[in-house]
Amino acid sequence: MSKVASIEKIAAGDNSTLAFDVERVRADFPILRQEVYGRPLVYLDSAASAQKPRQVIDAMSQAYETTYANVHRGVHWMSQKTTDAFEAGREKVAGFLNAGSADEIVFTRNATEAFNLMASSFSRANLGSGDEVVISAMEHHANIVPWQMVRDRLGIVLRIAPIDDAGNFLLDEFEALLGPRTKLVALTHVSNALGTVVPVKQVIEKAHARNIPVLLDGCQATPHFAVDVRALDVDFYIFTGHKVYGPSGIGVLYGKSEHLNALPPYQGGGDMISSVTFEKSTFKAPPHRFEAGTPPIVEVIGLGAAIDYLGALGQDNIAAHEAGLRAYAEERLARVPNVRLVGTAREKASIVSFVMDNAHPHDIGTIVDRAGIAVRTGHHCTQPLMDRLGVAATARASLGLYNTRGEVDSLATALESVSEIFG
Amino acid sequence: MDDLRELYQEVILEHVKNPRNKRTPADANRHAHGNNPMCGDAVVVHLKVNGQGVIEDVAFDGKGCAISVASASLMTEELMGKTQDEAKALFDTFQEMCTKDDATVSAGVDEDTLDRMKVLAGVREFPMRVKCATLAWHTMNAAMAGTDNVTTD
Repeated sequence: MSKVASIEKIAAGDNSTLAFDVERVRADFPILRQEVYGRPLVYLDSAASAQKPRQVIDAMSQAYETTYANVHRGVHWMSQKTTDAFEAGREKVAGFLNAGSADEIVFTRNATEAFNLMASSFSRANLGSGDEVVISAMEHHANIVPWQMVRDRLGIVLRIAPIDDAGNFLLDEFEALLGPRTKLVALTHVSNALGTVVPVKQVIEKAHARNIPVLLDGCQATPHFAVDVRALDVDFYIFTGHKVYGPSGIGVLYGKSEHLNALPPYQGGGDMISSVTFEKSTFKAPPHRFEAGTPPIVEVIGLGAAIDYLGALGQDNIAAHEAGLRAYAEERLARVPNVRLVGTAREKASIVSFVMDNAHPHDIGTIVDRAGIAVRTGHHCTQPLMDRLGVAATARASLGLYNTRGEVDSLATALESVSEIFG
Repeated sequence: MDDLRELYQEVILEHVKNPRNKRTPADANRHAHGNNPMCGDAVVVHLKVNGQGVIEDVAFDGKGCAISVASASLMTEELMGKTQDEAKALFDTFQEMCTKDDATVSAGVDEDTLDRMKVLAGVREFPMRVKCATLAWHTMNAAMAGTDNVTTD
């Protein structure tokens, strides 16, 4: 009798598995106790920026309150402590990506700056008129515009790997774009607008078979599942701190040592030089060669704390929780009258984009907001993708490690009220 | 929900379903493109202004949210037959109305016009949506000034 009761108790709980208790996870995020318009906050916009656990907030506050100083400069105790914490953050990022060495981790102020670093330094080392860079139809503007600026400066050619109507990446069509002038493949790992997971392992194999290096945009992959840059054999990998539950103001560029060693500096200034005279400057080895000026010091410490947090929860547990939640959300939202899902690729991360027949995404966003629900609406910095799919914009619910089925139900109910207003 | 009902009034929803003057007149002599980079909404405003500075025809085209479509539709109804100076006075008044509780009404804007424009004043409670309401008006203003492109940023 008591045995049955205890089994029922487990089954009747939330959607959490024994390994992943979402209510305990939620307790780590102070902001989730916030009310919006008198309603409990339902935060479904983690793909734009994720909320921060207490562990990250505390690590950053503690750094400011106890040891803060500039890094790589002073001989004093404070600077040494902060430099140690900062470089420990680099080690944590290396571990997070399973990089071979912390020297392969370059810190930038965000992912966009990492793309601009690549566009600037890689193009100066490797690109000339007529050379080709392959991107995809699903890229964020951050992996389009910097290459267009290179194109306008050097006369390179951008080739666009296509997708199908469901948002699947088309591997054969991609391969057909690779030619003797292809110097770089720069693709998103996971689409921020659709959630599509690109088959990057095959992409990298096909590119490497032709000696073409590959750069991946991991901004929407790293929050959802473990990424192993050595298992992928990827040449460059970019992600951002604020989407992995860390602070904003910190981006990461991973590059294989042999590649980083071959690239010229990006910005010039302090901290990136070996020596300076008015005649000539010499530069440090990577990663410091690419980190001019005072870096985002406490942001690196915060990112390290976020990586520790994800590690403690277990990235596989997070992925399992989110996979269940996404399946539930897609099934639940598809049943709401007038809702059509946009992006139904075979393999997806927990991003659910949709449109409604009777309401523009902007109006959807405003109406659900008044129910305390935060979703992203608009083109998601992917205007060419919106054009490809024939929509001006979508509404997007992005599900993070702290979201629940109850929150998905709240969104579904709010979407029903959209239809009530618009008839 | 009251704020939402105030924003999405019946009049607005009716304009969304049946937008007025959503067309491209062949004889228009002033045009401008407007876009809202935040959401990708885009509108084109066409004006036919005669030698006396009177707006003989005004129309719009484009895609956007309910607020931007209703605002463009309402605007075309108000501007028809107005002089450029009257159009400017309406533009200023509408701007005020969308952003301030104690809006200043420009000289020459009558009570009836004011009442019709007031249906969009609910956006005051939704600061992120003010640009949706004013996009068509900014675009009209640019067309009048002979500027082809305007963004709400």
